[in-house]
Amino acid sequence: MKKLFGIALAAALGLGMASAQAEDKLKVGFIYVGPIGDHGWSYQHNQGRLAIEAAFGDKVETTYIENVSEGPDAERAIERLARDGAGLIFTTSFGFMNPTLKVAKKFPDVKFEHATGYKRADNVSTYSARFYEGRYIIGQIAAKMSKTGTAGYIGSFPIPEVVRGINSFMLGAQSVNPDFKIKVVWVNSWYDPGKEADAAKALLDQGADVISQHTDSPAPLQVAEERGAVGFGQASDMIKFAPNAQLTAIVDDWSVYYVNRVQAALDGTWKSEDIWGGLAKDMVLMAPFTNLPEDVANEAAAMTDKIRSGAFHPFTGPIFKQNGEVAVEDGIILDDGALLGMNWYVKGIDDQLPQ
Amino acid sequence: MRLELEKRPERSTLMALLSPVIAITLTLVTGAVLFAALGQNPAVALYMFFIDPLTASWSLQELVVKATPLILIGVGLAVCFLSNTWNIGAEGQFTAGALAGSMLPILLPGFESFLTLPLMLLMGIAGGMLWGGIPAFLKVRFGTNEILTSLMLVYISQLLLDWLVRGPWRDPEGFNFPESRVFSDAATLPALADGRMHVGAIFAVIAVLALSVVLLKTLKGFEIRVLGQAPRAGRFAGFSRNKIIVFAFLLSGGLAGLAGISEVSGSVNQLTPVISPGYGFTAIIVAFLGRLNPIGIFLSGFLLALSYLGGEAAQVTLGISDKTTRVFQGLLLFYVLACDTLILYRIRFARPGVSAKGA
Repeated sequence: MKKLFGIALAAALGLGMASAQAEDKLKVGFIYVGPIGDHGWSYQHNQGRLAIEAAFGDKVETTYIENVSEGPDAERAIERLARDGAGLIFTTSFGFMNPTLKVAKKFPDVKFEHATGYKRADNVSTYSARFYEGRYIIGQIAAKMSKTGTAGYIGSFPIPEVVRGINSFMLGAQSVNPDFKIKVVWVNSWYDPGKEADAAKALLDQGADVISQHTDSPAPLQVAEERGAVGFGQASDMIKFAPNAQLTAIVDDWSVYYVNRVQAALDGTWKSEDIWGGLAKDMVLMAPFTNLPEDVANEAAAMTDKIRSGAFHPFTGPIFKQNGEVAVEDGIILDDGALLGMNWYVKGIDDQLPQ
Repeated sequence: MRLELEKRPERSTLMALLSPVIAITLTLVTGAVLFAALGQNPAVALYMFFIDPLTASWSLQELVVKATPLILIGVGLAVCFLSNTWNIGAEGQFTAGALAGSMLPILLPGFESFLTLPLMLLMGIAGGMLWGGIPAFLKVRFGTNEILTSLMLVYISQLLLDWLVRGPWRDPEGFNFPESRVFSDAATLPALADGRMHVGAIFAVIAVLALSVVLLKTLKGFEIRVLGQAPRAGRFAGFSRNKIIVFAFLLSGGLAGLAGISEVSGSVNQLTPVISPGYGFTAIIVAFLGRLNPIGIFLSGFLLALSYLGGEAAQVTLGISDKTTRVFQGLLLFYVLACDTLILYRIRFARPGVSAKGA
């Protein structure tokens, strides 16, 4: 056994030396929670990776592991990238938070970036995008386009990010139609085309005629397309999957952020930060407003500009909780801390969160 | 014309020994063709899959971490399957064990003593036994199908875990994110080396050795096999079918529960909505791949773990997709099981209508 370890050690050292020779390139690693072909969350992160390759060419080398489950496998996958010589590693799902921190502790010279988390260290940054800004815009569109006054909402997990999206969507809808209704179905998955499609069918059968989703596959939109309903793309522009049903899409664009961070790492100016950017930082984009009457499309574009310029914030009071209690006072804007930990619904949502 | 599998009158010892070798050779050849078709150098790809994870101390340790739950669950399942008891719900017993054992560090975080870990492990075993005991009770008392009940209890336990980490057991300092608090050092299984290998590995070795002795050298082992292969003969010998069902479920449930709490305490360090990448189901494959023999399961657990680690290594270094690595894993399992089947059976072409007399 000792001998075996000896051989292994020698081999490891040999490999280590080989990689040290190719040290002038920065290796950038990515961990994806889904397949890069999901056309949603992981797909967009991979587009960001490709943007890095396009921007830096020979100066960087990128690598990734896809479909890494959030659980005991995550730490090993992250450690593999670090061992493989990556100098900057992006872990692109909330469930990778503690594994990222554990590996970061072991590799103080490697820089880590964790998406959507809240724990940082000297070599661990966090970043996320303000998707809720887009949700407000599509909420307004939904209320204008719905004949039944009811939207179906397919949720992944009741975590603050998703709850915030539902609330923002509802606030947008209520600004148009105060009696607007949302039916929520939780599918307990980020990516499960079968379950997502079933949820969309059930919601349409229950009288919803607009579908919004916080899951990553185009399946709900495809169902809407088949049934003559309308919906919104998630994470990427999904117009190819639903040319008649997609009204717009909330596009996550990580490329600007990723290119900036790689540049910082190359320049030696990288430091641990917490970045939460939205429309203003081009981390959230709205896909073209399609299949809409001209006035609705124009109003949506105007609202997009208003949020981008900072003239309007979706969570501006007065906002009430489900039981009528005041959540945000009149004229006050909810602060980021409260947004990040949001675990309550706004008034008018007919669903219960696990407490 | 149709294909029939016909039992061979005699089983060739030579072929039984050669079968794994043939299977692996076939996998390597098919794999080489597959990788070549994808424009990869087959030699490099196969090296990444089978050799690279064995070349560094950290990945050897990771191999042990990955194989530990598979082996612990697999040997318990072997006892079930040998006795003709079909426990498909080890994933649920794994989860139940993890939940029961985690009660201590989550509900009583201040309780840090040398007793914490032993208590957690015992509670984990008890949780798994309780979860395994339900289908056993239903089977013995009402004659329900244990395949269905044990499987459905998987979903119940997973939803229970999901509810707990989003609700009552949520980390009070965790901004409402669905995770429990992180376990204290007193509630963490100690590491065995500089990497992630933890004490759970020792449990797996003990379980393999103990069950090898029980199955091969004791009356209980004889009872299990007789009731599995010839229930009538077992009854004449005075063995109770019901008792063995309960025994098999409690044993495999307890081992799965131990695997669950070991994994949570030694590897994940907290409860999250997902604590297993399907160990309980993969262990069914491991059990059969190891021919329901504890030593065989020990080896097959490592083989499967290696294919996962190798798959990741290949993704990182060669940039091939996760789908390719899964096809390759599937190939490996297919050949091993097919070769094993052909030791016991042979393929015969039969004409319809003139069906085999001996069938």
